[in-house]
Amino acid sequence: MIIETVFTPIEAIAGGALIGLSAVVLMWSVGRIAGISGIVAGAILESGDERYWRLIFLGGLFLGALIAAVTSGALSGVTPVANTPVLIVAGLLVGIGTRMGSGCTSGHGVCGISRFSLRSVVATCVFMASGVATVFVIRHLLGEGV
Amino acid sequence: MNRWVVLLAGALFGAGITISGMGNPAKVQNFLDIAGAWDPSLALVMGTALLVATPGFFWVLKMSSPRYAEKFSLPTKKDIDGKLLLGAVLFGMGWGLSGLCPAPALVAILTGIPSFFIFLAAMFAGMFVFRFVLEPQK
Repeated sequence: MIIETVFTPIEAIAGGALIGLSAVVLMWSVGRIAGISGIVAGAILESGDERYWRLIFLGGLFLGALIAAVTSGALSGVTPVANTPVLIVAGLLVGIGTRMGSGCTSGHGVCGISRFSLRSVVATCVFMASGVATVFVIRHLLGEGV
Repeated sequence: MNRWVVLLAGALFGAGITISGMGNPAKVQNFLDIAGAWDPSLALVMGTALLVATPGFFWVLKMSSPRYAEKFSLPTKKDIDGKLLLGAVLFGMGWGLSGLCPAPALVAILTGIPSFFIFLAAMFAGMFVFRFVLEPQK
């Protein structure tokens, strides 16, 4: 379903700056890439220290999100844009795709591009194009479709 | 490792996703709808993050080692292979269908809406499938 939203430049700039700062703090402190798909996968599949720092980072992520949500109201009224069967297929695609492609919007899109990694520039262009094509198909070819 | 600094980095990330509105899949899906109800917010989120991270990494990576670890753990792969491309295509499809990528998917469960938990469970399942079925040698 299509839920209209408006361009929110101030919030986008403030949030983007915090995400960039997070990536720099993580690299400065423990020398790691703030790629969320890799951090989530490692928190599930690794063990020992490799799992431990990722769990702490994810704990912080939830804490920061919770504080921001409560103080800004940014999550009020947020609902899914697809039904449950579509979300299951989408979740599987995101899980498999981010592992096969070694990263997601944060790992490739923010951390990789800012290190001038060609792989990350290519991956970001490809997943953006794939996302745009997918939304074009479901909204403009299938109607509101899913 | 200084766990408080890692916790802080995580908190900055979670706050950034939330404040920017990227925890709302409608905003993300509308960003991808360039032929329709386009919402350019995501481009500005990513652009600002790059404006901070690019000089930040340039400065940090001139250090001989991170503050609390022996060395920087940077990706070593350089080649543009089929896995990178196919993975990005599949991820983009799931992202477009749901308006959710991994960090916003984590933030969205704070709404308490059950189908966001189901998406997250499916994403975990996809990671398991890749690790144990599609690429079990590692």
